[in-house]
Amino acid sequence: MASATAPPAAGDTACVLDRDGMGALVRELRARGRTVIGPTVRDDAIVLAKLESAEELPYGWGVEHEAGYYRVRRRPDGAAFAHSAGPQSWKSFLHPERVRQWAADRGPDGEMTVRPERDEPPSFAFLGVRPCDLRAIQIQDRVMIGGPHRDATYGARRGGAFLIVVECTEPGATCFCVSMDTGPAARPGYDLALTEVVDEAGHRFLARAGTDEGAEILAALPRRPADDLTRTRAREDVEAAAGRMGRTMPEVDLRALLAGTLDAERWNDVAARCLTCGNCTMACPTCFCTTTEDVTDLTGDHAERWRRWESCYDLDFTHLPGGSVRGSGRSRYRQWLTHKLGTWWDQFDSSGCVGCGRCIVWCPVGIDITEEAHALHQESLDGQAGTEDGRP
Amino acid sequence: MAAPAAPARPRLGVFKFASCDGCQLTLLDCEDELLPLSAEVEIAHFVEASSDIQPGPYDLSLVEGSVSTPEHLERIRRIRAESRYLVTIGACATAGGVQALRNYADAEEFRAAVYAQPEYIETLATSTPIEAHVPVDLELRGCPIDRGQLVEVITAFLADRRPDIPNHSVCFACKRRGTPCLPVSRGIPCLGPATHAGCGALCPAYGRGCYGCFGPSGSTNMPAMIPLLRSDGMSDEDVLRLLHTFNVNDFTAIEPEREHEVEPGTKLPGEPR
Repeated sequence: MASATAPPAAGDTACVLDRDGMGALVRELRARGRTVIGPTVRDDAIVLAKLESAEELPYGWGVEHEAGYYRVRRRPDGAAFAHSAGPQSWKSFLHPERVRQWAADRGPDGEMTVRPERDEPPSFAFLGVRPCDLRAIQIQDRVMIGGPHRDATYGARRGGAFLIVVECTEPGATCFCVSMDTGPAARPGYDLALTEVVDEAGHRFLARAGTDEGAEILAALPRRPADDLTRTRAREDVEAAAGRMGRTMPEVDLRALLAGTLDAERWNDVAARCLTCGNCTMACPTCFCTTTEDVTDLTGDHAERWRRWESCYDLDFTHLPGGSVRGSGRSRYRQWLTHKLGTWWDQFDSSGCVGCGRCIVWCPVGIDITEEAHALHQESLDGQAGTEDGRP
Repeated sequence: MAAPAAPARPRLGVFKFASCDGCQLTLLDCEDELLPLSAEVEIAHFVEASSDIQPGPYDLSLVEGSVSTPEHLERIRRIRAESRYLVTIGACATAGGVQALRNYADAEEFRAAVYAQPEYIETLATSTPIEAHVPVDLELRGCPIDRGQLVEVITAFLADRRPDIPNHSVCFACKRRGTPCLPVSRGIPCLGPATHAGCGALCPAYGRGCYGCFGPSGSTNMPAMIPLLRSDGMSDEDVLRLLHTFNVNDFTAIEPEREHEVEPGTKLPGEPR
């Protein structure tokens, strides 16, 4: 939210924007000095990038995806937000892959001067945040700025960001936000929420504000009051989406499941397939790990410290004298999954998974987090069945 | 009172074995850094750049090329003995290079087929990395090496710090620069998940699958990687060619057992027809 203290805007702000209204929304945000980031088609994918106008939105583009498979497809209905599980997430903007933290110079007198990096990020507006992604941002909020040590880079970017959630009406084959209780309907935390409706009455967006700034921006746009048909259709489409999830998680306490299956045979099975390439962690909207990088120049009078994304699949991640603590692919995949679904609760009081399906789609060999969780669950059931008292 | 003597600059040596010179050229290609570099180090031995050749010892030796002739065997030991740090640069020096294809064929047959007067050619039956002969302090991968990584090694040497040369896959770089995964989004075969990072994921950024010129990453799973290449349209022969090029020695070392077995009559890449 642009302002953390802003109460939800009073009254019913619901209104309907048409495609011109969407154009006006982007213009209004830009006029207010916002850098608008949203989905657009590039490199045969629907990526997140800076938008100059709403015409860059992927009108008429959808995606077809499966485990390890993603293709953009034309859509006859002209919808702009009928896609999911793109190659990036909003963390690319809030938690950039590489940032300088400080620079140091040694003067002619040998005196060292250290300059902390003053990140002056643009004032972002994120257009097209899916409800699962909103939850992912909130999870990263807890990690990056919700504890005693606030991350200044994340805080500066996140603090001023204006979030426009677009409810999900077109879940993909790898989606499971219902299992993770993060979508497909918008939950609180947005400045504006939109629901895209395409039917015989036209292509339009049901819009409502979540903050005063959201209401102020809506008021500046060409719009019409929300009619019953649009409200009904929007509600029905989102409800229908909830019933069309391509994936599910086992309906058990995942934290307990992961804690109880550390020695499962399944880890060997998945390790035989895992490339340990790290793609899942970098596609994941909540994975946050970083490492540091020290840079010096040839004279040795100038040094910089940078922070860059790191992954628990990297051998260097646990490199200690004597080698990597998690040398095997088995131990690294297990670390990722047990943290994501289990120990994240201990650390941050929530799951680290929002059900967006990116790790499934962007795994080159199509390893499926839901399939692995089901297999672990099945193995734990089989183990219980084999003992008299039902305990492993 | 005499002016204090300027502190001695560290001495840099650049040496070539069996190679194409491309990795040495990467040093000359460091245009912005070359002048400041020459102020910080004494370029004592760099035949590609200067005919002023100084004898050892050297504080930092960059060694390009593989050990391919009897003379190389002697020379690399001498260079090692004269060098404080020895860094090998490029696929030839770190893996034996494309010329190591002969390790899997009959070198005599190659010599007879390639050279008009084979009796002038004195060569070993194998092409091997420098590390097979002498201790190496750091290996810089690639065909050719990456300029940024070379500068990192030199600046780290000058600051006496550990160079930051990650051992992970090319996928890290694709994700960081925002290139959508080629196998996933376009069905293009790509060796990136098994290939050592360092190039900045150059080829995938231009829509071309990685062909492994940096050799294997620190963590590979070839029994899972090869079926992915096959499902993206490569034949068994295509896969063989992909793995058996610049880093044939290193990829052969991690191939699943069955991949070692070549059907009788199969022509290896580069084998005389």
